Amino acid sequence: MTAVLRRWAPYLGVAVIVGYCLAPFYWMVVSSFRRTSDIFDLSALPSPWSLENYRAVFGGDNQFGRALLNSLVVAGVTTVGTVVVATLAGFALARLNFRFKNAVLAVVIATSMFPGISLLVPLLKLFTDIGWINTYQSMIVPNLSFALPLAIWYLTMFFRQLPVELEEAARVDGCTPGQAFRKVILPLAVPGVFTTAIIVFVVAWNEFIIALTMVNEPGMQTVTVRISQFVGTAAHDSPFGTRMAAGVIATVPLVIAVLLFQRRIVAGLTSGGVK
Amino acid sequence: MNRTGRTAALLLSPTFLVLTLVVGYPLVAALRESLFRSGDELDESGFIVSGERFVGLDNYAGALGGSAERFWNAFANTTLFTGTTVAAEVVIGTAMAVVMHRAMRGRGLVRASILVPWAIPTAVAGLLWRWIFQADGVANSLLGADLLWTADGWPAKFAVIIADTWKTAPFVGLLVLAGLQLISADVYEAARLDGANAWQQFWRVTLPLVKPALLVAVLFRLLDALRMFDLPFVLVGAQKGSVETLSMLAWDEANQVRYGPAAAYAVILFLYVAAVAFVFVKLLGADLLGDRRARRREVPS
Amino acid sequence: MRKAAIAALVTSALVTTACGSGADDPAEGGSDGRGPITFATLKDGTGTVPELVERWNSEHPDQKVSIVELPEDADGQRQKLVQQAQTKSGAYDVVTIDLPWNAEFAARRWITELPREQFDVDGLFQAPLRGSEYRGKLYSIPHFTGSAMLYYREDLLNKAGVQPPTTWEEMRAACEKVLALPEAKDASCYAGQFDKYEGLTVNFSEAVASAGGQVTDEQGNPRLDTPEAKAGLEFLVDGFRDGTMPTEAITYKEEEGRRAFQQGKLIFHRNWAYIYALMNATDGSSGVAGKFDVTVIPGKDGPGVSSLGGNNLAVSSFSAKQATARDFIAYLTALETQLEHARGSAYPMTRTEVYSDPGLREQYPYLTVLKEGTENARPRPSLVRYGDASTVIQENVYAALNGDKTVDAALSAMQQGLTEIAKES
Repeated sequence: MTAVLRRWAPYLGVAVIVGYCLAPFYWMVVSSFRRTSDIFDLSALPSPWSLENYRAVFGGDNQFGRALLNSLVVAGVTTVGTVVVATLAGFALARLNFRFKNAVLAVVIATSMFPGISLLVPLLKLFTDIGWINTYQSMIVPNLSFALPLAIWYLTMFFRQLPVELEEAARVDGCTPGQAFRKVILPLAVPGVFTTAIIVFVVAWNEFIIALTMVNEPGMQTVTVRISQFVGTAAHDSPFGTRMAAGVIATVPLVIAVLLFQRRIVAGLTSGGVK
Repeated sequence: MNRTGRTAALLLSPTFLVLTLVVGYPLVAALRESLFRSGDELDESGFIVSGERFVGLDNYAGALGGSAERFWNAFANTTLFTGTTVAAEVVIGTAMAVVMHRAMRGRGLVRASILVPWAIPTAVAGLLWRWIFQADGVANSLLGADLLWTADGWPAKFAVIIADTWKTAPFVGLLVLAGLQLISADVYEAARLDGANAWQQFWRVTLPLVKPALLVAVLFRLLDALRMFDLPFVLVGAQKGSVETLSMLAWDEANQVRYGPAAAYAVILFLYVAAVAFVFVKLLGADLLGDRRARRREVPS
Repeated sequence: MRKAAIAALVTSALVTTACGSGADDPAEGGSDGRGPITFATLKDGTGTVPELVERWNSEHPDQKVSIVELPEDADGQRQKLVQQAQTKSGAYDVVTIDLPWNAEFAARRWITELPREQFDVDGLFQAPLRGSEYRGKLYSIPHFTGSAMLYYREDLLNKAGVQPPTTWEEMRAACEKVLALPEAKDASCYAGQFDKYEGLTVNFSEAVASAGGQVTDEQGNPRLDTPEAKAGLEFLVDGFRDGTMPTEAITYKEEEGRRAFQQGKLIFHRNWAYIYALMNATDGSSGVAGKFDVTVIPGKDGPGVSSLGGNNLAVSSFSAKQATARDFIAYLTALETQLEHARGSAYPMTRTEVYSDPGLREQYPYLTVLKEGTENARPRPSLVRYGDASTVIQENVYAALNGDKTVDAALSAMQQGLTEIAKES
């Protein structure tokens, strides 16, 4: 009995967790395949199945494809930028000896303590003055600043965890500190870097309020802003099904990307053969 | 300044450039704004007197005095949501990480599915949960209950906590998972040779080793949860006392074009978040700030 | 008090000079130009507005209009407009506002005064037009309007042998008979929109007006200490207490109410015109297609008085091409444009003549009822601090509906709160 339990307990745990994560998503997918008129149904599967909502997402003058592209540019550049900048900062904080280290960490984290919605009006004024309205950078730069504190703290922590002996060995072999970091530490830190990248990408992909505030031009708007503009046939008739369909379209590429990259997350010490 | 100091300054400069531009400037602007008030008087022909006037700490006094009840209610909600969601997310997130870490068939799919809630845009997720929690929605029909989740009352608090935990537990899970990768297999081997069972391994080996990653995750979850805004806003609605958070209060004031009081709320919230973060780091954060070069060798005993 | 006011004046004068903002004060002209403009509005699901804009553009190649879409929810729209005004941005030339924002936007000088003669205002419904004025001057033009209608289950009423009600008493009496029918055993009598949001202010104002009272008078002073106001709030509170309204109506916005009605859970339902076509859909989604009709909402002693919904068009003070902006608004609200607009989408138009068009009356059978309702309707309180006033109302009415406050306590709290707001604005 206990042996059976022990054998199957992990699978049970997996089933519970996967169910917990996917059940609401399942409802989202099901709702997105209902006709607008059946949207109130509580049946487990749509009847009849309908692509109406997906046609509505890409139809008309929504420019949803363009919005996907915009989101990709904004989130992609934010991710690359964050990872590069945070890696530099993380290396400095984890491996270099200088004064005010803790003060630097404190200042960095302090910037993510201010409520985001209160940054909007001052930032809008600033970006209006420097002519950044309706540009990619007006979304990318704020996203960078939202993502950097977590990325820096996490990568600093991650680099510190890695054994310093490896670097020392590399330096004995004649590497500079920079080379030692790049050739020895960075490969080991791949799980941390990729995890950071995924998290930053998701946050930037889903960012709404800055994108809404800084951009008026339809051609520059991101997916989340586009979704907020969906309407039904009249006021109050908020197109729930269309939004769910758009949500599915916005979510699935992320999940696929993670499926492709997931090997990277679990590389590192356990499977990387560095031992 | 010595050479290392210069290198460090160089490496850190991009960070500070971005943070100063995007957060530093608005922060200073908000601090200033919180001491001013504008547009609350009409001239004879009915126009609002333009310009703003210095009011000292009046906006703060108003927040903590005049509308004290609303403020403390929002404060209590913010604290409650933060406490419950972060605690739940730590437990569930760690469990997710352990499951994801286990080598088994189909674990790629498991990882991807765990990420789904985190990947759904918040506004869409809020709408989805609103739909689930309708009076005649699927939550009530599954529970066989007649709870009014989206009305102003205690079920609304649960709705927010449930939805937020679901949405952000994967965040904790991901960060902890990467932390787990740092633990080499021989540490477990050693523990097993010492006769530790699975539970003891987790408690004495895994947890201490992922503690730094977990603490960073918790710290940033704390910061985010304390500033919670869009989920209660979309799921339950603005101005509902049972779910109104401090961020929502600041938003509400700004929406009524009272930027002074709005900035005051934002600054108070900022101070609260800073205090929580400070206490957290002081109590648990030796691992976060200190240099722990010797740690790896000490831990599994 | 006076000292503070003087200090305020001095400070504001100082700030104004220090910033040298006198030069770009939009009131001082130099902004009356022509050229391509932008039109900030909600997306139109039916695509009719883009067509109308296209026609304008082909006739005015030098003054082309491009549409800027605002978020679908009212909070999002307001946020965008406030931000643009706050940064004095000329990004929007013509803006779409909710009718109750007119006073505030005018008082803040975010929108400009409009010359009556350019817009043929005589053909417009008078109530929304009055709501578009601030201190006797016109600041925006009603684009869409809307009054509530009472949807009722014609089939069940016929079966029970009762007439559509014109008073609350008749409605309750009708329900008693209808609910006795086996087909209606799981149904409730009535619901409007009672979630804590703008719709609650609408429903409460409507109840008070339908009892012969008013939330605020012409001067903006609250009148909630009257027996009529009490009767209005009691209609709602008693309805929840005695089960005339279902408990879950406390979570109803427009769509939730529609769902309840089309699932057969309500005999009577107060809602806007847009649900008519949706509930008559014959694809199996509506359980009441062909089984319902509309009438004017009931009141205490006779037909009720609806609150007005709707959107207005205004010219942004920060626009540099205000002449074009005004022309475009005149075009969009002209009778000919409105007729065409009405053929393409079910939004209720603001010119009375639209409602007598035979083709449209066939297309929208409810037009007579809607017209009657709109003619008698009343705009929501016209206050500079409308948002605060609405918050006070929602706060107290919601508490009264939940039983957390007595009717008297809620009314006196509202009276007090609104008095303070009226004094300051």
